[in-house]
Amino acid sequence: MTNEINLTIDGKEIAVSAGTTILKAAKSAGVDIPTICYHDHCTANALCRICVVEVEGARTLVPACIAQVSNNMRVHTNSERVVRARRTILEMLASSVDLSDAPDIQRMLQEYQVDINRFPEAEERKPPVIDDNPMYIRDYAKCILCWRCVQVCATDAQFTFAINFSGRGYETQIGTFYDKPIPETTCVFCGQCAGVCPTGALKPKKQWLFEQGFSTAEIVQLTRFDRSANSQRR
Amino acid sequence: MADISLKPLIPILDELAPKGRTALLPALQAAQKIYGYVPEQVAAIIANRLHVPLADVHGVLEFYALLYRAPVGKTIIHVCADPVCAMAGSDAILKQTSRTFELHGKQKDKTLTVTVERSPCLGLCEHAPALLVQSSPLVQPETYTLRDLVTGKGKKPRSIVGGDISILTENCRKGQITWLEDYKIQGGYQALHKALQMKPQEVIEEVKASGLVGRGGAAFPTGLKWESAAQSAAQPKYVVCNADEAEPGTFKDRVLMENDPHRILEGILIAAYAIGSTYGYMYIRGEYEYQYQVMSQAVDEAKKAGLIGTNILQSDFNFELELRQGAGAYICGEETALFESIEGKRGFPRVKPPFPTTAGLFGKPTVINNVETLANIPYIIHKGATEYRKIGTEKSPGPKLFCVSGDVVKPGLYEVPFGVTFRHLLFDLAGGIRNNRSMKAALFGGAAGAFATEKELDVRLTFEDLRAAGLPLGSGVITVFDETRDMRDVLLRLAHFFAEESCGKCYPCQIGTQRQYEILQRVANSSTLPGDLERLQDIGWTMTDTSLCGLGQTAASAILSAIRLWPELFKKH
Repeated sequence: MTNEINLTIDGKEIAVSAGTTILKAAKSAGVDIPTICYHDHCTANALCRICVVEVEGARTLVPACIAQVSNNMRVHTNSERVVRARRTILEMLASSVDLSDAPDIQRMLQEYQVDINRFPEAEERKPPVIDDNPMYIRDYAKCILCWRCVQVCATDAQFTFAINFSGRGYETQIGTFYDKPIPETTCVFCGQCAGVCPTGALKPKKQWLFEQGFSTAEIVQLTRFDRSANSQRR
Repeated sequence: MADISLKPLIPILDELAPKGRTALLPALQAAQKIYGYVPEQVAAIIANRLHVPLADVHGVLEFYALLYRAPVGKTIIHVCADPVCAMAGSDAILKQTSRTFELHGKQKDKTLTVTVERSPCLGLCEHAPALLVQSSPLVQPETYTLRDLVTGKGKKPRSIVGGDISILTENCRKGQITWLEDYKIQGGYQALHKALQMKPQEVIEEVKASGLVGRGGAAFPTGLKWESAAQSAAQPKYVVCNADEAEPGTFKDRVLMENDPHRILEGILIAAYAIGSTYGYMYIRGEYEYQYQVMSQAVDEAKKAGLIGTNILQSDFNFELELRQGAGAYICGEETALFESIEGKRGFPRVKPPFPTTAGLFGKPTVINNVETLANIPYIIHKGATEYRKIGTEKSPGPKLFCVSGDVVKPGLYEVPFGVTFRHLLFDLAGGIRNNRSMKAALFGGAAGAFATEKELDVRLTFEDLRAAGLPLGSGVITVFDETRDMRDVLLRLAHFFAEESCGKCYPCQIGTQRQYEILQRVANSSTLPGDLERLQDIGWTMTDTSLCGLGQTAASAILSAIRLWPELFKKH
């Protein structure tokens, strides 16, 4: 069915087909809604809640990335309530992890006039860098738990299932079976996880070494990959 | 670790393997019963047999507080440190048992290796301070030595039940379990018999007419829920009984399960018949091991008596019920997180819509009801909606269970008709405030609730009156604090609870519960920083307004209510 849905977004009257998300409807109307965890090629999970918008009549704010449009819906993407929520989420995020390698989020911090020191004496998540394979490093001090890496490793792309979660709540981290190093997991080094990581928490090892000033020759030496050794693992 | 024998595990896995991933928690729990924890090689075999990726097994092990992937003491003691037990001195017990453990550790007395854990509310609030020793509840732990506790000595709790009426609690005041024979003598399963003579839609109409709404906290009309699932086209359909009672201060479902299991089963069976379901689950919180045993026995009785299985009571109605145990996660009381848990996953709540009645457990239409809700069903069907509506008020019909604990003379479970006043419940039934003190506050609705003060004593306990007073009914929890209590300590414990129990899925709750806890630590230590009050409010409003599920949406509720009532608490002292 190609039902047309009529709604207003920030006062603009628009018509989109049924099943469209508020995020996509807004985009078609030229209204930009910020997103962090959302990725065009990953399942949308509405985790970061940065894309929340105010829908008249709704009890709480609504995540635009998954909420679908309905007739006569009146959406406000930039109301005071929305801005306050987005700013607070960004302030909390900035108090938790290292966002220095996340340019998109950096721009948001500017746009929402975020005080990155809003939460003094806050416990940060800063585990040490994990350098356990020649292909990529895992710097979870930069991980914002957007889930993209877990999803592309699983049913969103690769069906490899090498990574999942450790802990829960604020202590959640991305982890492997019994914390094994990556070469001892089912990882096939496809690189998709590093490709979708928005914050530099997962990074090709060559890039990581390059950023630290290693020479090309050194980088090649440090990232040599013993394929025969790997092929013996299942 | 090298000498682990897989022998005892194999027959269990042979039985569970055909079920696939949904059997993951039962398999891990069975393994833990054998080995004391889940060793890596055991986890790998379970993953292999159930066809679950290794990393996913790890994710599940890491999510549930009662699953261990490293060795723990031979005896595990859980000490509740939430407000009610803390007021009864659980901190001292926690400190003492922890210290004794260290002494034994030095002596290398291996038979006494003990792991002591601080636990969220154990649902034994009327017996505070409460603890579990190897999943067995003990009361008055201060009167026993650690050796007594570890060797199984100690006083077992008995239900404390009172109230103005006894419709739901009829069989909860006897001090013994009402098994099938007694339940039948009193007219038990006559409602099921009657329902099977009715058309399923007629059963639904009767429940709708009764005005029954869910007793787990959300107060959704039960009949509408059933109707919606009945009308969903997809098959099969599931009935799930939510017995993952974990809201701090709540113990009503525990009392119903441990005294009157068949009333709940009868409610489940009628629900299943009404919506056309032939398979159901009852998900019982992991800390309720004893109640799980009681329910298991009751299910066995029901199966033998032809009440569960095929051609129930000689009708063409078939139904199987599977009991499941949680593994230490408050979030699994949230209906979609509970489905995920049954499906063998981390208990992450799902985004809604779709709602359970269209896409619930295994993506199929599902009715999920709280234990107390289902316990109402036999009465409604047996006596009829008109008779049921004579109890309570027009807008809040029926009986209601209240869990009253804290600084009252007689903490316990009280059954009243909707509409009695808070004063009546507190003074006439629960005996008033202990030690002739006055009340400072009462927390309505548990950790996710809000505080009432003496001004609200004459509020009628109904959905409509409480809503007007800005108080949640929630799951029927009322925790009372006398005038001498330090509310900052109470708030700190509530904040600790949410920081521990947040699943970590959505950002506002994942980070907000942690930041909220940190600020409340400063409040409790009188070391607040300028701006902390505003920080708490921004966190609170953001969690309430943007969190993915009810946990995050209510994680600041009690704290925001305390800010309104006692702003001075949040200033430097």
